[in-house]
Amino acid sequence: MSINRRQFLKLAGVSTVLGIGGPAVLNGMGGKILEATQTHPDPKSLAAKRWGFVVDVSKLNTPEDYQKCIDACHDIHNVPDIGNTKDEVKWIWKDNYERTFPTSTEDEYMNKEMKERNFLLFCNHCAQPACVRVCPTKATFKRKDGVVMQDMHRCIGCRFCMAACPFGARSFNYRDPRPFIKKENKQFPTRMIGVVEKCTMCYERLAVGQMPACAEASNGAIVFGDLEDPNSEVRKIIESKYTIRRKPELGTQPSIYYVIGGKE
Amino acid sequence: MKNAGKIVIGVAIAFVAVFAFPFYYNLGKANAKPELKFDTPVILQWEKEHGKKECIEPKAFMRAEHMQMLNQWRDSVVRNGDRIYVNSEGKEFIMSLQNGCLNCHSNKKDFCDKCHNYIGVKPYCFSCHIAPKEKES
Repeated sequence: MSINRRQFLKLAGVSTVLGIGGPAVLNGMGGKILEATQTHPDPKSLAAKRWGFVVDVSKLNTPEDYQKCIDACHDIHNVPDIGNTKDEVKWIWKDNYERTFPTSTEDEYMNKEMKERNFLLFCNHCAQPACVRVCPTKATFKRKDGVVMQDMHRCIGCRFCMAACPFGARSFNYRDPRPFIKKENKQFPTRMIGVVEKCTMCYERLAVGQMPACAEASNGAIVFGDLEDPNSEVRKIIESKYTIRRKPELGTQPSIYYVIGGKE
Repeated sequence: MKNAGKIVIGVAIAFVAVFAFPFYYNLGKANAKPELKFDTPVILQWEKEHGKKECIEPKAFMRAEHMQMLNQWRDSVVRNGDRIYVNSEGKEFIMSLQNGCLNCHSNKKDFCDKCHNYIGVKPYCFSCHIAPKEKES
């Protein structure tokens, strides 16, 4: 049996469709539901060009003032309380002047109250974050709104970011954190052994239109807002009061401003 | 070597017998197909209100593609900050394993685990994401 050119081409075309190219062609015709679907942010979500904080230290006076902010954060984010400093996991904590501003000029005559007082510390969400530069898997990255985000799914636990962060804002899960969480928040995941975690600027709250938990619990001591918006509350405070940032000389451009003025 | 043919056949039979052992050993006691349960309070409530049980996408799609979908959701939420999923019918849903999926499917043991155990996959979702509390079975 001999076939002419036309029949051969028909046969070749049909067998290509049904053969190797078949599945791809059929999928293309059927359309993939997943690729056709869309995602978008919650319309309630808060947006900014660069989120930042102003911490007014003069409004944090008693240990309870600090603890309220710390608990508000650690409770909703399932941060474990392991009980020793070696394995400690912290998103927000307090420390003294010397360890908060270690590179500021030393002065033996410095205001005693300032020297002994505590400061509220958490991730600075730097504009030029060192942790993001060193992360080999891009597990930590800078969002468009300034949040230095930590993607726990990608973290391989190399701890480069912990070495890079000049502010000690990152903690490593040396142990399984689950048994050390007193009361689980079922709305938020925990972490697992072997990943690095830190303050995520309550990205899950910003996404539904809420302020970060620490700012909400601080009774006005922590003000949250857009640093690139000249009319925002944070900008007004920064313009009207003297503020300092932690280790500004490193050039990471921290986004937390401390108002350290005395009592008003 | 006059019996070479017989020897070869004998060896072949022995070979097949040994290597097919798992098949006839398990003959007749094959694992039962996993039966998923869709009887959680939230699903029953949905059925009452809408007249049928339905997921965010058709059942066949969810069965085949939920892992890819969860991966896309993960990247969308964590990396892009998009939290709303628009399904093939235009309805909107929150992209969240803990607050979305597990809200309806609050029976991880009778739902997720059934198939995953049957086919021997161990997704690590739940080393971080908290599954709803269930009775020990």
